[in-house]
Amino acid sequence: VSARKLLALGLLLAVVLAGAVSPFVSSSPDGLGKVAEQEGFLDKRETGALQRRAPAGGYVFPGVEPPGPAKALAGVSGALLVGVVGLGYARLRRRRAP
Amino acid sequence: VILAVHIPDGFLSGGVAAVAWLAALAAILIALKVADGELDEERVPLVGVLAAFVFAAQMINFPVAGGTSGHLLGAALAVVMLGPWLACIVMAVVVGGQALIFADGGIAAMGANVLNVGVLGAGVCGGLLHALVGIRQASRAVYLGVVGACAWLAVMVAAAATSLELAASGTVGLQTVLIAMLATHMAIGIGEAVITVAAVRLVLAARPDLLAYRPRDAVGAVPVGATGAMG
Repeated sequence: VSARKLLALGLLLAVVLAGAVSPFVSSSPDGLGKVAEQEGFLDKRETGALQRRAPAGGYVFPGVEPPGPAKALAGVSGALLVGVVGLGYARLRRRRAP
Repeated sequence: VILAVHIPDGFLSGGVAAVAWLAALAAILIALKVADGELDEERVPLVGVLAAFVFAAQMINFPVAGGTSGHLLGAALAVVMLGPWLACIVMAVVVGGQALIFADGGIAAMGANVLNVGVLGAGVCGGLLHALVGIRQASRAVYLGVVGACAWLAVMVAAAATSLELAASGTVGLQTVLIAMLATHMAIGIGEAVITVAAVRLVLAARPDLLAYRPRDAVGAVPVGATGAMG
């Protein structure tokens, strides 16, 4: 298997998870959310000014009404975005051939 | 229903958030310095793919016992593939993107979140893999066992650190939160271990040379340390 194929598979998996699976996942609170609920500090949660203006707050892609597609689009664009940032960093800092 | 992966703002006191920010920042600066020049050309795209994969995987909440869900953190997988330093950087990119673009995890709490799911997990996994796989040249079975164990442990350490930070902030009593967090994350950690081992087995079968840590009988094995492992 070429490295390129394996990397493409990883990327494809990321896009499928974020774009096709994420709208259908468990909506139960996660570990921290559950404990916050139980112990009664969930309502301490604050959203600051910066995060109220976050471009896709709560994984809702701006301008997309139906929640499923909004989350899918947000997921795919988020995965690609952090991927590009990671790639950009790695390219800048790669070992140069001597 | 709130979709949140990390500590939101409001849960931590200003002091705890600031200390965590400083600790995370220091760790990332060291990681940036150490990881410099660690990557050879062929493994560069791996950093991007792992960031994308960890981001996507953190969106996939799987149900665990008692009306709770868990999701992959991904630090263990990143360490096995990239070594602990690059793993720290990948996790920071993911957590930063989640907070700034998706309002998932606070801004003040970002330092704590990077520390909990990134730096501490990378430290635990990097330390264990270095000691048990890097130095001792583990067999395949031992190697996969260590990978699974450190994945589970990374989740437990993240849960414990989160508990300590919440308690130090006066948000909730230490004993209460620690017991509750560790109990729920015990099951979540098993999910982390299963997924991490499955992913590592896939890469081990296809291209073991892409792994920063690998068992001694892996095809094309090169001395550990040559590909970004600790030390």
